[in-house]
Amino acid sequence: MTMTEQAPPDEAAPPAGRPPVRDARAPRRGIRSWIRGGGLSTLIFLLPMLFVFGVFSWSPIVQSVVMSLQVTNLLDPPEWVGLDNYIAVLNDPLLGKAVLNTLYFAALALLFGFPLPLFMAVLMSEVRRGKGFYSALAYLPVVVPPVVAVLLWKFFYAGGENGVFNTVLGWVGIPPQPWLQDAATAMPSLVIEATWAAAGGSIIIYLAALLSVPPELYDAAEVDGAGIWKKVWHVTLPQLRGILFIMLILQVIATAQVFLEPYLFTGGGPNNATITVLLLIYKYAFQNSLGGDYGEATALSVMLAVVLALFSWLYFKLTDRWSTS
Amino acid sequence: MTTTQTPALKRVAAMRERFADRRAARREGADDDRGIVSAFDLRRRGVRAGMRGVHVFLFAGLVIAGLGPILWLAKSAVTPTQDTLTQPMALWPNGIDWANLSTAWNDIHIDQYFFNTVVIALGAWFFQLFVATTAGYALSVLRPKYAPILNGLVLATLFIPAVVLLVPLYLTIVNPPLVGRDFSLLNNYLAVWLPMAANAFNILIVKRFFDNLPREVFEAARTDGAGPFRMFWSIVLPMSKPILGVVSVFAVIAAWKDFLWPLLVLPNPAVQPLSVRLPAVQSQTELDVFLAALAISTIIPIAMFLVFQGVFLRSAGLGGAVKG
Repeated sequence: MTMTEQAPPDEAAPPAGRPPVRDARAPRRGIRSWIRGGGLSTLIFLLPMLFVFGVFSWSPIVQSVVMSLQVTNLLDPPEWVGLDNYIAVLNDPLLGKAVLNTLYFAALALLFGFPLPLFMAVLMSEVRRGKGFYSALAYLPVVVPPVVAVLLWKFFYAGGENGVFNTVLGWVGIPPQPWLQDAATAMPSLVIEATWAAAGGSIIIYLAALLSVPPELYDAAEVDGAGIWKKVWHVTLPQLRGILFIMLILQVIATAQVFLEPYLFTGGGPNNATITVLLLIYKYAFQNSLGGDYGEATALSVMLAVVLALFSWLYFKLTDRWSTS
Repeated sequence: MTTTQTPALKRVAAMRERFADRRAARREGADDDRGIVSAFDLRRRGVRAGMRGVHVFLFAGLVIAGLGPILWLAKSAVTPTQDTLTQPMALWPNGIDWANLSTAWNDIHIDQYFFNTVVIALGAWFFQLFVATTAGYALSVLRPKYAPILNGLVLATLFIPAVVLLVPLYLTIVNPPLVGRDFSLLNNYLAVWLPMAANAFNILIVKRFFDNLPREVFEAARTDGAGPFRMFWSIVLPMSKPILGVVSVFAVIAAWKDFLWPLLVLPNPAVQPLSVRLPAVQSQTELDVFLAALAISTIIPIAMFLVFQGVFLRSAGLGGAVKG
């Protein structure tokens, strides 16, 4: 990520730059010249952002750390409990299961969902005609609302011989699969739907990136006698590595917070085979018959965020050497 | 082609091929955006056959995977339950049941939830655009001394996973700060609109766009006596239609897709959007009517996509450019 911060332009000298004047009226004059210099109108333009970020972004971020160290039940004033919430979460027998499931989901999502869009994008960038048509088709699943997609696929996954997918499998002689009903096949089924829903977005991003590969590189590779595969391996993939690295880490961060699919497909079942970390956070906070356990929920979310931050830091550290930027 | 070719015929065939190649090469040179496969590669017969194979594969694969589920939903929305259950992949149903759509619309109250979704999307659109343009303008064009600090604070939120916000943000809605204890934003659409407006990505792309506007225009306007408000409304905004389109598409689609957040802060079914109501009504709804409800919920996003295809695909690519 490259942000070019330019120094503020040489506008009217701000009040702070003036030599201090020991005069009772000085501060007022300072405010007045601040207003005349546009300081007030700038602040007015910033107010909407300061308000929504202050109340709905910055303060909740700080609060989440505070709340993870407290017991809160909305009625009594919150009580400091130190690291008790963290210890309680770490002792929850479900946590290990949820972490393993989330890792399993992330690994499967990488396996299915990472190479496929790249492969499709490379093929699509090579066809001379119908590129726009193919892009539109590929992006179509992304615009289907995720809830609709999950509910629709839930029906596709129906067990028995008359399920949609089982009918198709029957055409080629494969026996009906249990899909969501079996602990072994439930998670891969979730990942297949998630891949279907998300691949289009990645394809479009890769297509845009492929456009920026300088054609001269291909010309040069040809002069050196490179065939098509060699050009893919020695020109295309190295040129895309920057965006590939970014997409990989973004996908890991996104899959670590997967909620919709396990929640709507299986509710974490069968037999907790699809319970994920975020589902566990949701359970702590919002599905607790004793009232929300907000402390434990925030403790787990803070831990997840810290793990993700450490992972990203390590990832960028390791890939720094190969990355273009 | 016959197996016994005279040398003359062979030569003619070779010549014809060379001419075709040259024409192809010229066409290639005309549009200048060459990819991995060059005109030279295309001269080889295996490569040409391979490219035809790629075409067939892309067409079949994308039609089945991209369009297939949506066409299936469209068909099943007007198919009686029994047909869908016994022969889900039948191309043509035994009877067409248009009444599914009206039953879903009227009896399942999809009309109400549809309206709620539209209200949520429009509000989210307005607030996101309002916050992103005012903040982008202040940070990029007016550029106060403290702008870099605010920039950093906004950018920092991009690196915080959304899950961290979930519970504290929910409690902020249940019990907003600085107002009385009895006041709550639950079941109020502001609870969805305002958090969505705190979107760092929007501010980032709008600010970048403003950064690239020509400074001379602002100087000229300032010389002509335009104040900061007039400059924002009459100069910066009209020049920024492309980026406003991108933010609008992101905003409306994100609001239409959102599930977990409206589920939490809009507990009253009367104000819930489609995404929250659909899973809730599934168990008490007959399958054909339910599939019709799913189809109705998909119409607006798909229609928007078909109309604003260019903006959608450019926005998606832009998302990658910002990430990269």
